[in-house]
Amino acid sequence: MTLSLAEAIEQFVSDGASVALEGFTHLIPFAAGHEIIRQRRRDLHLIRMTPDLIYDQMIGMGCARKLTFSWGGNPGVGSLHRLRDAVENQWPNPLQLDEHSHAGMAAAFCAGAARLPFGVLRGYAGTDLPAHNPNIRHVACPFTGELLAAVPAINPDVTILHAQRADRAGNVAIHGIVGAAREAALAAKTLIVTVEEIVDELPPAMNAIVLPHWIISAVVPCRGGAYPSYAHGHYARDNAFYQQWDAIARERASFLAWMDEHVLGAKDHGAFLAGLQREAA
Amino acid sequence: MSACTRDEWMTIAAARLLQGRPVCFVGIGLPSAACNLARLTHAPGIVLIYESGTIGTRPDVLPLSIGDSELAETAACVVPLPEIFSYYLQAGRVDIGFLGAAQIDRHGNLNSTVIGPYDAPGTRLPGAGGAPEIALHAKQVFVMLRASRRSFVERLDFRTSAGYLDGHGTRARSGATGGGPRAVITDFGMLAPHTESEELQLTALFADATVEEARAAVGWPLQVADCLETIAAPSAYELDTLRALNVRTREAHARPVHIPL
Repeated sequence: MTLSLAEAIEQFVSDGASVALEGFTHLIPFAAGHEIIRQRRRDLHLIRMTPDLIYDQMIGMGCARKLTFSWGGNPGVGSLHRLRDAVENQWPNPLQLDEHSHAGMAAAFCAGAARLPFGVLRGYAGTDLPAHNPNIRHVACPFTGELLAAVPAINPDVTILHAQRADRAGNVAIHGIVGAAREAALAAKTLIVTVEEIVDELPPAMNAIVLPHWIISAVVPCRGGAYPSYAHGHYARDNAFYQQWDAIARERASFLAWMDEHVLGAKDHGAFLAGLQREAA
Repeated sequence: MSACTRDEWMTIAAARLLQGRPVCFVGIGLPSAACNLARLTHAPGIVLIYESGTIGTRPDVLPLSIGDSELAETAACVVPLPEIFSYYLQAGRVDIGFLGAAQIDRHGNLNSTVIGPYDAPGTRLPGAGGAPEIALHAKQVFVMLRASRRSFVERLDFRTSAGYLDGHGTRARSGATGGGPRAVITDFGMLAPHTESEELQLTALFADATVEEARAAVGWPLQVADCLETIAAPSAYELDTLRALNVRTREAHARPVHIPL
């Protein structure tokens, strides 16, 4: 089913839902995150290995009550200031943390995709994480008795991905760095995919990541939907913007002013991008 | 040698530790610079893996993030992230893991999670990422971290990644598969674990650094190894290669991106 982004968020993302916007540095669904902010969703349980700028924005705008994550920084730049403010000062509201390592969260997504109750790994040993997160436990191997780390499967109410293209039947193809996108997609109860373009036929790619139409609830055409992250083959990651974000997000006032002007003040993602382009000119 | 910064010297000293064709699991920042410098100078056969799933990558500029397109475009292959952690790292197919942190203790345990109590932190740091399992499974771990009394501490605020735990073989008895931190490269030189106590001790100094300087920057009573070595100053070739890499990187990261309208 092809929907507009506003329709897809309106229809599938409700207050209180658990929502995973995945994409490891590449193909981060910024447009969808912004639309969730515009539609003023509240009490979301946000799930993402690397919260990145998009969750910094959603947390700072008061969309989230809980965060499941494994690394919460601005890659190569420093802190996510809005995430820090929420954890350190409960602003704009308290944020419950469900904190993992990448390996643990990957195992939890894999278990979710397979509809198994938990993921298992040799991990977390000698760390303080299990003492602070009841979602990290241990299980004995039934064959050898070896003690292994266990994490509950992640099955988001909604996973949202961005991808390069879909065909008219609604199959989606992703190439480049895929992170845990496939696992997050298959773990979800509802899957929304925003795409750069819809084509008559996907290029043949025997071993590429293709999400078949019957697991997808909505395909949303959305050019530039991953900006300021990137879509391989379409546009580059705006590393300069990631560096500028540090100053924008450092203070509450400058953050709110930026969000007000660029996200709330734009009717959709096209208008958001046009606004940035005017500013750069 | 020409004058160089301590960051440059750290990077070059770390790069020299990478000899032959090791498989390295690389983090962003100084480790990424060191690994790529080794690749561009004396270790062209080194295999660099970034946790984004890029294997055998040969970037022309250093990535800002762990998933820049440069890493994918120059990789031998790009695999899903769960594969990197389960089939490569956990399966014991990584020789060297490179880690940074906010705090390190005398047994090489690392904190990258919080300063202060976990539930009411003074400073919330980014968190674990790939570090806990890199620390567990890599055959050896190198740590790169600038030294101060705030970073080289008597007691961690939070243990994110295991070094030698409490020393004296506690790590090996815990069932950790990898070898633990073999070297800590810092801005006065290098620390390495004592063979029995597994306490980090001073094993090498940069030519212009002193034991007093090292002791002043470390928050536990720093022991000096029986044989204290001097780390040779960067050669012109090493320094030129690193600086050219850093210049290319800065230019690339500042380049305006066409906004996809």
